[in-house]
Amino acid sequence: MSKAVSLLTKRVGKINPQSVEDYVSMGGFEGLKKALTMEPMAIIDEMLEATLLGRGGAAYPAGKKWKQLYNIEGSPKYIVCNGDEGEPGTFKDKILLRDDPMSVIEGMAIAGYVFGANDGYIYIRGEYRLIQAAFKESIEACKKAGFLGENILGSGWNYDIHVVSGAGAYVCGENSALLNSIEAQTGRPRIKPPHLAEVGLFSKPTLVNNVESFADVPLIVNMGGKAFYELGSEGDGGTKLVSICGNVNNRVVAEVGLGHVTLRDLIYDEEFGGGIPEGKELKFFHMGGQSGPIGFPEQLDTPYTAKALKKEGLSIGSGALVVLDEDMCIIDYLLKVCEFFIHESCGKCVPCREGNKQVHNILTKFKNGVATEADLELLQRLSRTMTTASFCGLGQAACTALDCCIKHRRAEFEAHMRGECPHCFPKE
Amino acid sequence: MHFDPNKMITIKIDGIPVTVPSGTKIIDAAAKIGIKIPSLCHHPDLNVRAFCRVCLVEDTWSRRLKTACNNVVDECGDVFTNTPRVREARKTVLELILANHPQDCLSCPKSGKCELQTLAQEYNLRENPFDSVFTRVPKQLDNPAIVRDMSKCVRCGRCVEACQNVQGTNAIGYHHRSVDFNIGTAFNNPLNSTACVLCGQCVAACPVGALNEKDDTEKVWDAIHDPNKHVVVQVAPAVRVAIGDDFGLPKGSVATGSMVAAMRKLGFDKVFDTNFAADLTIMEEGTELLHRIQNGGTLPMITSCSPGWVNYVEKTYPDMMPNLSTCKSPQQMFGAIAKTYYAEKNNIPKENMVVVSIMPCVAKKYECARPEMNDSGVQDVDYVLTTRELAKMIRTRGLDLAKMPEEEFDNPLGLASGAGAIFGTSGGVMEAALRSVYEMVTGKQAGDLDFVGVRGHEAIKEASLDLNGTTVKVAVTSGLKNAKVLLDKIRAGEADYHFIEVMCCPGGCVGGGGQPFRTTAAIKEKRMDGLYKVDMKSTYRQSHKNPEIHKLYEDFLGEPNGHKSHELLHTHYTQREVK
Repeated sequence: MSKAVSLLTKRVGKINPQSVEDYVSMGGFEGLKKALTMEPMAIIDEMLEATLLGRGGAAYPAGKKWKQLYNIEGSPKYIVCNGDEGEPGTFKDKILLRDDPMSVIEGMAIAGYVFGANDGYIYIRGEYRLIQAAFKESIEACKKAGFLGENILGSGWNYDIHVVSGAGAYVCGENSALLNSIEAQTGRPRIKPPHLAEVGLFSKPTLVNNVESFADVPLIVNMGGKAFYELGSEGDGGTKLVSICGNVNNRVVAEVGLGHVTLRDLIYDEEFGGGIPEGKELKFFHMGGQSGPIGFPEQLDTPYTAKALKKEGLSIGSGALVVLDEDMCIIDYLLKVCEFFIHESCGKCVPCREGNKQVHNILTKFKNGVATEADLELLQRLSRTMTTASFCGLGQAACTALDCCIKHRRAEFEAHMRGECPHCFPKE
Repeated sequence: MHFDPNKMITIKIDGIPVTVPSGTKIIDAAAKIGIKIPSLCHHPDLNVRAFCRVCLVEDTWSRRLKTACNNVVDECGDVFTNTPRVREARKTVLELILANHPQDCLSCPKSGKCELQTLAQEYNLRENPFDSVFTRVPKQLDNPAIVRDMSKCVRCGRCVEACQNVQGTNAIGYHHRSVDFNIGTAFNNPLNSTACVLCGQCVAACPVGALNEKDDTEKVWDAIHDPNKHVVVQVAPAVRVAIGDDFGLPKGSVATGSMVAAMRKLGFDKVFDTNFAADLTIMEEGTELLHRIQNGGTLPMITSCSPGWVNYVEKTYPDMMPNLSTCKSPQQMFGAIAKTYYAEKNNIPKENMVVVSIMPCVAKKYECARPEMNDSGVQDVDYVLTTRELAKMIRTRGLDLAKMPEEEFDNPLGLASGAGAIFGTSGGVMEAALRSVYEMVTGKQAGDLDFVGVRGHEAIKEASLDLNGTTVKVAVTSGLKNAKVLLDKIRAGEADYHFIEVMCCPGGCVGGGGQPFRTTAAIKEKRMDGLYKVDMKSTYRQSHKNPEIHKLYEDFLGEPNGHKSHELLHTHYTQREVK
């Protein structure tokens, strides 16, 4: 029996993404129509019951976030969709933005209705130039059809969505940096407090959710929070888009019910990753982008849901699943991860700016076979400090992969100290 | 903005309960019970940025450590400031900073005053486990006032905060990201070609040796030791209430007498007082104001004592140059008078004279080198030293200021009124002017010489004065961001002031860019109090009552705003291009 689900992705590839008619013919805007007949708080109650854990990476319960913002006074309130999708190996938002943009528009519109907002912003990453243009077309089409713009569906409520973009900095995926970028400030994270819900975009109360989270909203309104929750399990409601790539036969975006598949299913099942090419062994897999944890073959039977993964020290994060085969040296891989963070750090806080550079220094000693036990200890101390002391999520998560590797594959670090690694020190 | 300061919050820090208003930062709550949380980028007068991550604390609500500088008591559990986790993280952060910092404390001008050095000692840092990733970049020596040695920059952002959010000049900002993240001018243009006014608030804010005044002490030593030179020194009002900071005297101590004694021991031939020149400024500026009011001149007239402020007008508000008083600053009036009146009187060829100024200011270094400032025929003021540089010379000479006897200034350029003394604080020039102008116009002394309405450090102070039926409206401000508010009002025709006092640095010269390091708003207030004490104790409290000033006009200048005054004591302004 197939484990793949087709709910969020049901229209993907089946409609003209810029056609309102096509979208409506497959159930589009039913959620918005229904929402407009509901009290805002009733919609939030459905969101709470749905237990939608934010799809951007931090897995913060969306219903809770909505309720908090609802209770904050002040207007206007702004709706912001984080479409920066900067985590390497993540391309699930791209599918929605490109192939079913109106589901995101609909979700943002429902949020707009709940908070009485008149303006929503969608920040689409700099590299998705073509998608930005197409998304704008979709917005225009929705306006023409009366689902956006003035007096939406005769309700007397006006709501517009603006497409914005930066130049492609990873840190702009951090919500407060993203708001700065929208405001044409430098894309660096903001100091908190104040929190974004209170002092967000243009210093007004603001809701920031991920693309996939917004696309889930019409589903929740349509089917009810309870039904949505039951698609998932263990306090982790709904379905989830997983982008699978790396050393797998199928590089795909899969939709699965949360908790209804295991990591092994995702990597090996024919309808998902389809196994590792050339019959090679799995060495490890990297979840949720560069800031996410690394898992190993002995963890493959973990169900793909927040709670079960957490027990293993793993997490869904952005929904990326990058698979690496036996030919990859852990140290080499971690060096690449580290280079990524060195490149993408905003540079303003010490642990991230200086720490990543030092992580690279020490890992290079392992790579060169000159590291000692003291270096391994220092690496761990550095990781603890960066994780606890960095200004924003970028620095705090920069050592997540490193920590997993030291925890589960300490032996490989020790082998490098002795100059033993088939990749780094090949025997002639 | 969402914290109610009337609501009191009680939290426990290291087990000690402390009750503070809602919204109080953990670092301030801890200070209240005598626990100093170390920090590098935090400064009590500047917006919080939380860049350095040194002020880490642990609390019972959070999995991660918190920075005490930005987190508030409302959003934390019990706080612990000295757990093994806290110590390890703070130490690691400091080691990371040091691994990208030159290890040349011995030759660093900030040594002994450096906040990073202090922290390294407090945290017992000896051998750094991290390899050095430091690379040296050339020092930037492109202007006469400020040296920028960015190799030493720890990127704490205090200078940017001072430049952008205190002064609003925006000459420097953040550039690039990650390992390339740095602080500098746009496109790395030379500082003086930008909107920078050389106020030195960035220097005052810098915790390390990255920003300093250009050191001129060696040149002054050379002059002192040159037997062919007659070296006179003048000292600005705000120096006497700040120099004690560097010698362990209580903040705001009036150290005039011991400072004069120390300067004499340094070998200056004569020790004079800029306060004298401040009295002279009042004579000229007061007369100019009355002239403008009575003859339809450009109003409001704005003071021109503060060289950073003059730079600001020339660079950023050139259309308002006609509003600036044409009076030179007291320092430059002094220089011009010293090399003419004093030189002639004592038969000293002005070429053999060296005039040194001790100023709380770094912009004065630029001012004395301006091409207009040689009306005596040679450069009127040769060298400007900051308060900090004077302290350095006193230490070099091996003198303890606290043990110096009290000595008097030399004459004739050393006698000053209390009105001259208060030039060193925001509101002081205005008050001094009002004390004299009132009498010049009405012929009677003001009943109360204390115009307290213009005192204090509020952003903008306003007052009005009845001068024989004419209501004269005045305003006082300090800090360029505040000054900008006034200038925009004037531009928009929304202000009808006659006279405005602007000092470039917040609080006036007591908070100047050349004052001892680690100055805070609280310390500035003590210095203000010190200056008002000097004023109260003065024999003369109005500039025009100073007998030496009378003598100067009788013997040499003629009358205020007269021909000779215009030649020596007034100047003009030039629009300057900003890159």
